[in-house]
Amino acid sequence: MTAVLNVKDLYASFITPGLTVAALQGVSLSVAKGEILGLVGESGSGKTLTGFSINRLISPPGEVVGGQVMLHGEDVLTLSEEKMRKLRGRRIAMIFQDPMMTLNPVLRIETQMRDALRAHEKIGKAEARKRSIAALDEVGIPAPESRLRSYPHELSGGMRQRVAIAIALLHKPDVIIADEPTTALDVTIQGQILSLVQGLCRDRGTALIWITHDLAVVAGIADRLAVMYAGRVVEVGPVDDLLDAPAHPYTRGLIESVPARGQRGKRLNQIPGRMPSLADLPDGCSFAPRCEHATAACAALPDMEAFGPTRSVRCFHPLMERALWAMR
Amino acid sequence: MTEFIIKRVLQAMIVLFVMTVLVFFGVNVIGNPVYIFASSECDQACLTKTIAELGLDRPLWEQYFVFLGNLLQGHLGNSFTHGIPALSLIFERLPATLELAFCALALALGIGLPLGVWAGLRPDTFISRCIMAFSMIAFSLPVFWIGLIMILTFSVQLGWMPAIGRGDTVEVFGADLSLLTPDGLHHLAMPAFTLSLIMMAIVIRLTRAGMREVIFADYIKFARANGIRERRILSTHVMKNLLIPIVTVLGMEFGGVIAFAVVVESIFSWPGVGKMLIDAIGVLDRPLIVAYLIFVVFMFVVLNLLVDILYSLLDPRVRLGGNQT
Repeated sequence: MTAVLNVKDLYASFITPGLTVAALQGVSLSVAKGEILGLVGESGSGKTLTGFSINRLISPPGEVVGGQVMLHGEDVLTLSEEKMRKLRGRRIAMIFQDPMMTLNPVLRIETQMRDALRAHEKIGKAEARKRSIAALDEVGIPAPESRLRSYPHELSGGMRQRVAIAIALLHKPDVIIADEPTTALDVTIQGQILSLVQGLCRDRGTALIWITHDLAVVAGIADRLAVMYAGRVVEVGPVDDLLDAPAHPYTRGLIESVPARGQRGKRLNQIPGRMPSLADLPDGCSFAPRCEHATAACAALPDMEAFGPTRSVRCFHPLMERALWAMR
Repeated sequence: MTEFIIKRVLQAMIVLFVMTVLVFFGVNVIGNPVYIFASSECDQACLTKTIAELGLDRPLWEQYFVFLGNLLQGHLGNSFTHGIPALSLIFERLPATLELAFCALALALGIGLPLGVWAGLRPDTFISRCIMAFSMIAFSLPVFWIGLIMILTFSVQLGWMPAIGRGDTVEVFGADLSLLTPDGLHHLAMPAFTLSLIMMAIVIRLTRAGMREVIFADYIKFARANGIRERRILSTHVMKNLLIPIVTVLGMEFGGVIAFAVVVESIFSWPGVGKMLIDAIGVLDRPLIVAYLIFVVFMFVVLNLLVDILYSLLDPRVRLGGNQT
């Protein structure tokens, strides 16, 4: 499969006078047409920052300091600001976490959709209206015509997220970056939004990067999974393989931290310690201080190594046995 | 909406009634105007006669009821000094004050908004710091001092600007406007700018604070992520959110600017209602003072109503007359 979007060795830092925090340290990932890539990690691992870096929307003092973001073979990091603007929303769209906050509270849905349309196309009011109605209809909003007149506060959370998705899909983008789009929603609504986005992306062949900390959500929607820890991708592979047989100790720790049925009364697993501060990372493997498998070798930084035909992992001591057992 | 307006009108009546009591009694216990404006030849008999003519010999409460009865018929009494209805005096002078106030408002918004937006976008630059320092100074320095210094600088020292007066006017819809003649504009510039300074400072500070908040909001990031042009984001997506607090505060402030343009009008001898009030107080022209104060109350009530309506237009989350507490 050819990648629509290929992020290579992305570095981003927060630069303030006297202190530079390297928040992304060589993130590489790729996503193919119609593929859904789950990007997981705990808070502060850099997953959201990765999403915003791809779109060049990190707010200062954050800054992309190195690497490439190849969209159809073109590095978006080298584009002029105006070319970048023309790309946003048209080729790379975003959906945000909190639907209460993503829509402008004082503008009608119609205005917001029309602005998004007119950002990239010269179209009249009537045409914009027609397109907006069609887009709202597509994301399952009942009576889209009257909804256009509404203000965001008149819609429920799920409806707002549907509107945001409709806006993201307006220009049939190649890639959608969805930053925890279901986290703020009720569980039942979550399910609806998940299957909606999944269906729409499949139909159009849109590549989707789904950023989340919720493994249950990615398990249900993603094709592949990338796990981030302290500004680096530590494991990538097909979602089922990764969840069944994690190779990186951190991935396993994440999976085991999810409370499961049938374990009532037992003590929940947790990863000891906490993620190191980005300002003060250990030289070697950044997970080593919390890792039960760590050895002297872990004082050096492991590279991303192939692990089987479809996976790769950044670890000197990948959890072989279980993985091999799972591969059989 | 209709229900809301009716409610507000009823409230306004009560406010107006209370004000008539306060104002009337307040003004009528100070001094005796007859002693001030009676000519020096007027002897005691003449004085008594004048007092009786004006009805000032009657008990205060009786005077009040006469006043109230006249008020209900739309008469606010005749000015002692001018001999014509106080209300028509006010309306004669009002256009000058309104012109001054609206020009000040336009200056405050026209200069304050861009400066505030700039300071909000680039808060750490030298220019932004200068803008904020300017707003601080404009807010804190007394208006009369600024007015006098401006006259000293631009009229006395440099001789660029006329120090006082209104200049040429043209009549538009029965009201004299100096805005439309070069000479009038020349005369208008300094007083309007002086009067606008406090509002301008408020606009700058509110705009900057609002910018700092709004430009980091998710909906602005989302707008950017959709590729919407920066100019459109600023002019619509950011601005509409910014204007909400500005309209609220400025609406309140604006009533005060019209009502108490007194200081600026006195300094620049601007022939508006403020100047008229000062003159009226000087000669204890009771009906004129009372009429003016009641007019001011009325204007505040109307302005507040307008602000509420405008506010609901700007912020769809606000519903007028709803059950919100």
